[in-house]
Amino acid sequence: MTHAESPPPPTLRALFVGFLAIGLSGFGGVLPWARRVVVERRRWLSEAEFTDLLGLCQFLPGPNVINLSVALGARFRGVAGSAACFAGLMAAPMVIVLVLGALQARYGALPVVQHLFRGLAAGASGLVLATAIRIGAPLRRHPAGLAIGLGAAAALALARLPLLPVLLAAAPLGILLTRRSGR
Amino acid sequence: MTGTLLDLARIFATLSLLAVGGGNTLLPEMQRQVVGVHSYMSADQFAALYALAQAAPGPNMLVATLIGWHVAGLAGALVATLALCLPSSLLTLAVGGLWWRFREAAWRRRVQVGLVPATSGLILGGALVLCLSTSRDWRFAAVTALAAAGTLLTRLNPLWFLAAAAGIGIIVG
Repeated sequence: MTHAESPPPPTLRALFVGFLAIGLSGFGGVLPWARRVVVERRRWLSEAEFTDLLGLCQFLPGPNVINLSVALGARFRGVAGSAACFAGLMAAPMVIVLVLGALQARYGALPVVQHLFRGLAAGASGLVLATAIRIGAPLRRHPAGLAIGLGAAAALALARLPLLPVLLAAAPLGILLTRRSGR
Repeated sequence: MTGTLLDLARIFATLSLLAVGGGNTLLPEMQRQVVGVHSYMSADQFAALYALAQAAPGPNMLVATLIGWHVAGLAGALVATLALCLPSSLLTLAVGGLWWRFREAAWRRRVQVGLVPATSGLILGGALVLCLSTSRDWRFAAVTALAAAGTLLTRLNPLWFLAAAAGIGIIVG
């Protein structure tokens, strides 16, 4: 950051506005939009820097894109930068989702709205299913990894075990296994 | 009321630090807490709120905002959202600098690859939990399968599949 040739870091205002745009355009997944704004439009980070920062945000617990806003803000403007990015990301979507929620509460008893939500919820399940398949795709050639994933899913969804014990079993097993297979 | 807000804060703050691999990995536990342990709503209502969060712009974890709002109004919405975001954000702030320093370290890559089985299993668990309440008959199960296949096999914005699913819901009832 102290290199003479690097451009001045973005202002708090620019960070807020940039993440406001990310939050507003992120229909059905925010991360692709975050990459578009941060790397292509605003040129705050290079492609490689973005991938690295995203790696951190996926590694740490918490919603990835929220971690991304916090980490990116901190890199340029410290804690104030984090707050600006976080507020920008969440402000508009929170208002919109609450308005939609209020509408649903008001008109949710109408049969047509109920039917709409049944369809919408079935579609939303499909999107989560697609995410799971996409993330798990590399496990096709790793039967043991696949077994861990399927076991964790069954433990959570069918046996309804709490997350903590499942995570404490599945995460170390997975890490141990990838080390064994020499990847 | 204050007790409910404290409950919300505790539930979502704990979830925040358990969300290894992103917010979607939390779905099974969030549903277990909100529907099972605390009986704030039915499984159907949970699925509907999650669908709403997914159809709206912004992170899907806005489902926490909606749950908080459903349980305790505007204060609940703010408490649940901040509780879900703050602990993990503080951790990100604390660790961000270290991460940069270890960017060449082999263990970092190994841990990232090694978490794939757990992460994908957690998200699959969330998908199953949702499907169990949204697949009320074969037609809705087919909608789920089509939305999943369409998202995986085409480059269309997933929002189109949500819109189509809502339309089919109105038609088939």
